[in-house]
Amino acid sequence: MSLSSEPIRSSRSSAFLRGAVATLPLLVGAAPFGLVYGALATGVGLSPALVQAMSAIVFAGSAQFVIVQMLEQSTPLLVILLTATIINLRHVLYSASIAPFIVHLGHRWKGGLAYLLTDEAYAIGVTHYQRQPEALYRHWYLAGAGLALWSTWQASTAAGIVLGYALPADWSLDFAIVLTFIALLVPAVRDRLSGEVALVAGLTAVLVTALPLNLGLLVATLVGIVVGMSFDRKQPSACFRDQALERGPL
Amino acid sequence: MSASPEMLWLLVVIIGLVTYALRLSFIAAAGSVELPLVVRRALRFVPVAVLSAMIAPALVHLEASMQLNWDSPRLLAGLVAIVIAWRTGSMLATIAGGMVALWVLQALFA
Repeated sequence: MSLSSEPIRSSRSSAFLRGAVATLPLLVGAAPFGLVYGALATGVGLSPALVQAMSAIVFAGSAQFVIVQMLEQSTPLLVILLTATIINLRHVLYSASIAPFIVHLGHRWKGGLAYLLTDEAYAIGVTHYQRQPEALYRHWYLAGAGLALWSTWQASTAAGIVLGYALPADWSLDFAIVLTFIALLVPAVRDRLSGEVALVAGLTAVLVTALPLNLGLLVATLVGIVVGMSFDRKQPSACFRDQALERGPL
Repeated sequence: MSASPEMLWLLVVIIGLVTYALRLSFIAAAGSVELPLVVRRALRFVPVAVLSAMIAPALVHLEASMQLNWDSPRLLAGLVAIVIAWRTGSMLATIAGGMVALWVLQALFA
């Protein structure tokens, strides 16, 4: 007997709660990430208000780390903006993938769900939309998942800010940003081609560090993408659930 | 850090608006637009390329003599962290192990 043949009796609040509960395993990954972000951003001299506001306004973990690292290196703000935009471009994929499911909702719902559309919320939400085609209140489920992540991200950022003031400055903690990136990169390299893209982008980045304005990151990223596309034989799919999950925190 | 606080806030707000616009894009377009194939193909490689391009220069420097600094504590600690990330898949273990490795190596090299 399949689940979808059951009578639909779930209310809005229970859909919301189930969405929040579904994110629990992912919150375990997001919370330390937020903690480290808050501590490091405070450590490089950003004001606590700005560190917290960035978590609320940008709400995209890996971009926030890159912004912090580039600010520490006194990168021109325009280059930081460009780099952060490229890193967050993936959200267009999620937007395109989730759009058909919520096309019937009003503007407020669409606006709110778009704000909450992180990697994890997307992965949890799109899974639910595909597996429960007949369930009502699926947007409440997505909202529950999104808000659970949002609250975790804000709270762990705040805890990280407190931690940032407690940690001594001479512990080379800037290196923890690099370690965070390593923890994100290693699981994302899942086939030969993505490994080669990582190697090419990394080597290029080392070779072009002399470029002015810290533009090396952009150049190396573009070189990596071009190499990847040139050798790519896979058909791109319309669902990015696995990709979003493998990306890890936000 | 050279930027003024006002400019930093402006930067954060603009990046926030851009990120929101990216998330809203197709949702607002009401499913009437299709994402070009070339964009979908390219975006698959963005995370790996960006992360690797951030990591590599933090571990390896190309010196004026065109030699790489293979013996730096940061490179070795980074390699330790890569192994930990690969074996455990844990972000906390990767950060903790990498930091401890760096401190030990710095003490040894000093």
